[in-house]
Amino acid sequence: METLYLIFIDPFVQMVVEPAFLVEVLIGGLTSGVMYSLVALGFVLIFKASGIFNFAQGIFVLFAALNFVGLMDLGVHPILAFIITIGIMTALAFAVDRLVLRPLVNQDPIILFMATIGIAFFLEGFGETLWGGDVRPVRVGIPDAALFWQLGFGEILVQSADLFAGVIAAFLVTVLALFFHFTPVGRALRAVADDHQAALSVGIPLNNIWVIVWAVAGFVALAAGIMWGAKLGVQFALSTIALKALPVLILGGFTSIPGAIIGGLIVGAGEKLFENYWGVPLLEGATEDWFAYIVAMIFLFFRPQGLFGEKIIERV
Amino acid sequence: MLYREAGQFKTSYSADQAMLTIPLDRWFVFALAAFATVGVPLLASEYLMVSILIPVLILSIAALGLNILTGYCGQLSLGTGAFMAAGAYLAYKIATNITWLPIWVVIPLAGLCAAAIGIAFGLPSLRIKGFYLAVATLAAQFFLLWLFVKVPWFVNNSISGVPPAPPRSVFGFQVTGAAAGNEAKYLFVLAFVIALAWIARNMARSRIGRSWMAIRDMDIAAELVGIRPLPTKLSAFAVSSFYCGVAGALWAMCYINTVEPTAFDINRSFQVLFMVIVGGLGSVLGSFLGAAFIFLLPIFLNSAPGWIGYSVASDTITHIEFMLFGVLIIFFLIVEPHGLARLWQIAKEKLRLWPFPY
Amino acid sequence: MLTKKLVTAGVAAAIAAGAVGVVQAEEGQFIPALTYRTGPYAPGGIPTANGFTDYFRLVNERDGGVNGVKFIVEECEYGYKTDRGVECYDRLKDKHGGATVVSPYSTGTTYALIEKATNDKIPILSMGYGRTSAADGRIFPYVFNFPATYWSQATAVIQYIANEMGGREALNGQRFAFIYLDHPYGKEPIPTLDILAEKFGFTYDKYPVPFATGTEQKSIWLQIRRTKPAYIIMWGWGVMNATAVKEAGNIRFDMSRFIGNWWSASEQDVLPAGDGAIGYKGATFNGSGTGYKVFDDLEGVSGLNGGDDMGTVLYNRGMVNAAYVVEAVRLAQEKYGKGKRVTGEQVRWAFENLDLTAEDIEALGLTGLMPPTKVTCLNHEGTNPAILIQQWNGKAWEIITDWIPAMTDVVRPLIEQDAAQYAQENNITPRDCS
Repeated sequence: METLYLIFIDPFVQMVVEPAFLVEVLIGGLTSGVMYSLVALGFVLIFKASGIFNFAQGIFVLFAALNFVGLMDLGVHPILAFIITIGIMTALAFAVDRLVLRPLVNQDPIILFMATIGIAFFLEGFGETLWGGDVRPVRVGIPDAALFWQLGFGEILVQSADLFAGVIAAFLVTVLALFFHFTPVGRALRAVADDHQAALSVGIPLNNIWVIVWAVAGFVALAAGIMWGAKLGVQFALSTIALKALPVLILGGFTSIPGAIIGGLIVGAGEKLFENYWGVPLLEGATEDWFAYIVAMIFLFFRPQGLFGEKIIERV
Repeated sequence: MLYREAGQFKTSYSADQAMLTIPLDRWFVFALAAFATVGVPLLASEYLMVSILIPVLILSIAALGLNILTGYCGQLSLGTGAFMAAGAYLAYKIATNITWLPIWVVIPLAGLCAAAIGIAFGLPSLRIKGFYLAVATLAAQFFLLWLFVKVPWFVNNSISGVPPAPPRSVFGFQVTGAAAGNEAKYLFVLAFVIALAWIARNMARSRIGRSWMAIRDMDIAAELVGIRPLPTKLSAFAVSSFYCGVAGALWAMCYINTVEPTAFDINRSFQVLFMVIVGGLGSVLGSFLGAAFIFLLPIFLNSAPGWIGYSVASDTITHIEFMLFGVLIIFFLIVEPHGLARLWQIAKEKLRLWPFPY
Repeated sequence: MLTKKLVTAGVAAAIAAGAVGVVQAEEGQFIPALTYRTGPYAPGGIPTANGFTDYFRLVNERDGGVNGVKFIVEECEYGYKTDRGVECYDRLKDKHGGATVVSPYSTGTTYALIEKATNDKIPILSMGYGRTSAADGRIFPYVFNFPATYWSQATAVIQYIANEMGGREALNGQRFAFIYLDHPYGKEPIPTLDILAEKFGFTYDKYPVPFATGTEQKSIWLQIRRTKPAYIIMWGWGVMNATAVKEAGNIRFDMSRFIGNWWSASEQDVLPAGDGAIGYKGATFNGSGTGYKVFDDLEGVSGLNGGDDMGTVLYNRGMVNAAYVVEAVRLAQEKYGKGKRVTGEQVRWAFENLDLTAEDIEALGLTGLMPPTKVTCLNHEGTNPAILIQQWNGKAWEIITDWIPAMTDVVRPLIEQDAAQYAQENNITPRDCS
């Protein structure tokens, strides 16, 4: 009885009794969700355009941030460093396309997946060789203050950096959406995503498209890397943290950009709510490592293609 | 010339159904097994046996397990580390609580427990496919490790939470824990490897293996011809988790000598997956080649500069190791996407004509 | 075909790796250095490894080794992975006439090596980490964890809080928070804290941080903001520390009431948080900064790894670790023959009879850097476990207290109980230390 009460009634009582805390938990969850979304976006872009599950996206985040911070530490102005890093990520996209994707065209998805793991290893070693393994704090003037908001039912704490991340994510998504809908390149990308062969037959050059997609993913990775780096300092643990984008992906669907964002928000808010209201009182906490995966798994039982994924039609 | 498949006539059904139908193959495998059992303990140095062969053999079992699931049944899994952890923790729990049970029973028992857990986490495979399933198996990875660390019951409420492997003996020779003799430990692991490889090979070519492959190649078509997807997929999960569980138990008992969670983290899952893919999906031999390659390559790259009397800072070596490892994976995939096992097959085909090619 | 040859060559060479256990001609006191300069824990691993190796270089160049026996240090990079750590140990242990002592700097690897090293008769010096109950020298003859174990450290931290609040009585009814890595390492001090909580009448909330990432702490800090604990104690490692320090600053927690253990209080942990980290405290047993005599000696030494790391908490800790080893080797030579290389077994004896007084440390130029230590056969943690509290002032760690002794009366019975359980499970007969 006691346990049942703790599972089904007490958490909700708590929520009503202390609404300020609930709002804080929700905001905290949504803002960490945004961070997951930023990483997940890069995965989605590449999967959508080329059907490749790019395991190296986590390392892309780290590698981009490392270059950016490394250049800044050398005394380069942040804006210039940003531009140079975009250049590096584009060059990387080009290299990936020429050296890895082209020779492997038409292989099984799992082979391409493995190849991206190879890229991840290479970049990890390369990044560390270039910039070393120390923690590098990011100081680009991202506002980082605690804001105390007075609401009708109490005071809540909001991090300005988290709000900033939210704004960046919203901005990125808008830009990407506009890019996909209103530019010729964006349309070509969507055409390729729909059907490679049909796209080829109407004269869309596949190769360039892939370079562009990987470069855009690199750009998203840079944005994510700067945001994460501002929070934690740029260090190699970032590549592990990026794994958190995976449950977001399956929840949102591998092919949907809004899915990545909404999936991220659901995962972020869900795991924080669970941890605070169920995890800590009942399970001694630390549930955030697995909660998102379990939710995603259960969710997939009912909707195997994810929230916004394309419907899977199977024929013999 | 040296290796011939033609002209080898089978005169009985049993000969036709033998595991290795070609005498040369058979002799080779027998000779290899005999050498591994007798020759290696006599000749190999302690380092070779304890730090190279034992881990490679144990990881081969895990790779075999994952190969059954991914290579034969087509279900991608990233939860290998967790199933290994299940084997390790439960082997410890069983061994320390039922002390009269011989260790060679304890380890398969732990494997069975891992199999049960594998079935539970295999259930989503009915609805989910491909990379979605892979990510769903990550749920097992993170949840199980959390559970084993969280619940002190698994480690007998030990205060430190990292209990040492209990010393156990087979035929009077201690085989687990650090005090065990190298040869005894090695042979103990080898016995499991040979038995499990033999079982895997036979399962793959029996009814159950064929139904796995049918599901892999096209599950809807397989269903239409009367293969029930639920028992087939779940049996693959069960067998695979059993293998992983045994591997995990041996890893904890015979290699690192402690039961601790970091040995079975997400990186272990990826490592075993690399082994399977680099070795060759759907190949018993590939599991061994892959395990040896992936485990030894970093060590080789790491110690190679030392042999040629070239001294490099240890971190630089590791960076180079990472880069080379990445490049080699890509290189292999480009040159031979079907893995080392396929290379071996090509070699055999060449040998058939050698030394007089057309 | 090229690939096939490459594969064959690769595999063959790798297998041959085992056979290359060739004894090198160079003779000396061999120190295997298990390091992790790469991977997620590199920020902590690099300065530690640098301090450790630099001190041996200093001793070799300044003094010509110990009585003419030079140290040979060989690094093996294991990236904080347990299995690679074990492999490194196996690879190095027989080189150059045999390893003197091994210091793995990782809880997992230490645990994996305890029985192995005991069998090989190579002592483990896990300085302030690893298995706490190894302090019972009767059951763990080859494992040393002076100058203090985790449990001693926990009691000393509570003692410090009591001092701050005005005596042990003031602890009664207080509520603390304990943030820890959800891993055996992080959970170590919980039994001790439970006993102390009962003894002094305080309560504490446990906040585990998920192990896989170490950064999922938002909920914890929201809870802390709500429960308003009087003090926060942290047992963390890696990126978890920096996140916690940053989040604590974010919720405007009074940083002077946030205390990390000695693996949670180094420059790497506070720098990413910027000014928000000012006031954060941590336990330590070694001084930081370069204002010690030994750093003047280091000036002229060539080929040092240090550089910017010099003077950081972890660099200095690596040096202290090396200094303990050097002094143990010196002591072993006094007993077993000056100017001769000593074996692991002999160094084990020396560790057990190590008695570094303040004068000895002064003579080494290490005053303020390391505590006086006396180890006995019975007590491998040292007979006077104590900690210092240091505080981050935005630029450097300042030591703000005198030595705070641990409550050995609480810790010792726990150690003996856990060691006895270990002995029973592993059929070990405790040796006689009297």
